[in-house]
Amino acid sequence: MSPNDQVILKITDLKKRFDQTDVLNGISLDVRQGEVTVIIGPSGCGKSTLLRCLNGLEPINSGQIELNGQLLTAPGTDWSTVRQKIGMVFQNYELFPHLNVINNILLGPMKVQKRPRAEALAEAESWLDRVGLKDRALSYPRQLSGGQKQRVAIVRALCMAPEIMLFDEVTASLDPEMVREVLDVMLNLAKGGLTMLIVTHEMAFAKAVADRIIFMDDGLIVEQANPEDFFNHPESERAQRFLNIFQFGRVHRDKN
Amino acid sequence: MDFQFIVRVSPMFVKGAWLTVSLAFWGLVLSLTIGLFCALVRYWRWPVISRLAGVYIELARNTPLMIQLFFLYYGLPRLGVLLEGRTCAIVGLAFLGGGYMAEAIRGGLTAVSRGQIEAGLSIGFKRFDLLRYVILPQALAVSLPAITATCIFLIKETSVFSIVALPDLMYVAKDLLKEGHSTESNLLLVLSYLVIILPVSLVFGYLERRVRFAGFGD
Repeated sequence: MSPNDQVILKITDLKKRFDQTDVLNGISLDVRQGEVTVIIGPSGCGKSTLLRCLNGLEPINSGQIELNGQLLTAPGTDWSTVRQKIGMVFQNYELFPHLNVINNILLGPMKVQKRPRAEALAEAESWLDRVGLKDRALSYPRQLSGGQKQRVAIVRALCMAPEIMLFDEVTASLDPEMVREVLDVMLNLAKGGLTMLIVTHEMAFAKAVADRIIFMDDGLIVEQANPEDFFNHPESERAQRFLNIFQFGRVHRDKN
Repeated sequence: MDFQFIVRVSPMFVKGAWLTVSLAFWGLVLSLTIGLFCALVRYWRWPVISRLAGVYIELARNTPLMIQLFFLYYGLPRLGVLLEGRTCAIVGLAFLGGGYMAEAIRGGLTAVSRGQIEAGLSIGFKRFDLLRYVILPQALAVSLPAITATCIFLIKETSVFSIVALPDLMYVAKDLLKEGHSTESNLLLVLSYLVIILPVSLVFGYLERRVRFAGFGD
């Protein structure tokens, strides 16, 4: 599926300051329905903060965020309702340790959305099956590997039927062989047409999954382009320098 | 060892033990209620009331139960408030225990990570449901050993109730000591407390094993 033209999330001149430090210096970004947007950039460039601002985990200093035309930055926004439409997956999974896998997933649909158990359970099981964890429904988080936990966390967010999903460096805490299983799940979601906003350091993945790459530095969007253009011919000097970090030249040793 | 004496006075100990248990039970229920309330008020930093809870907690924990009981039993009537012994005992125990329980529960609340709270918020929970489904189950699991210790401590503290003329276990034993037979009386007294407190210990120990999930981290 390719993104259609309908803008689902509209960010206008977003600014965020922690104490004396400016973290976001005026971010403007439109995300269209079905689009996969990948945000990359050096540590501390504000990309995680941007995601956290979008579902109200961080208050903002100025600017506007609109979700399907609803102004989220207006006073009196009911964040409980908004957050049900914006799924979030965290770097450290944050599964609830006192609940088993299936109850982790069902908590939101049943206690927040008040959906009937049978219906929510059927959906949860079908998602678990799709991410290859059907047999772990009754396991507790402490019994799972990092990759399994993160796949459960993705399912937990998906079962709220969000309109857009935010992924905040979701593979950054994982061992390399587990990174793949999580990224495969995300690739399949992208193929299925889910609107996703992804912060990651996995460049090969970004290249494969993105409809558009956003490169951020110092709280600003420095460059945005489709992945082919961005990775092959980055325009800005800062993006070139950033991408060079991931390149290694062949070492030629003197053999005397 | 005078077994005839033991057989003769055992019913008195049973009666005393029953009073001790019923006073301790209500004292513990109220302690937990007050403690939970104060802990939440402190946790959420509600203005004014959080400071008041802080003052109460220090007052409760840093004064002896005996003095608290004297105040309730002998002091309050001068202010025109007349409470019977049972009420004084339960109120006194709840006053003392509330302070300890508040600190025990607050320790558990602060152990729940910011990330867990954000995960709860991100699926749309509001404050009360977030507390009920995400924060409290984890917090109470962490607090359980401290809550257990406080429960046992409070049951033992009931032994000062005899000063407000309540015929509890201690009162019965002290009465019999006047008749001699100190060995038998002391033995029965120790056994009675053990019979009351040991099951409490075991039940809480079982609960602690049940909630081991709160190993936290990930």
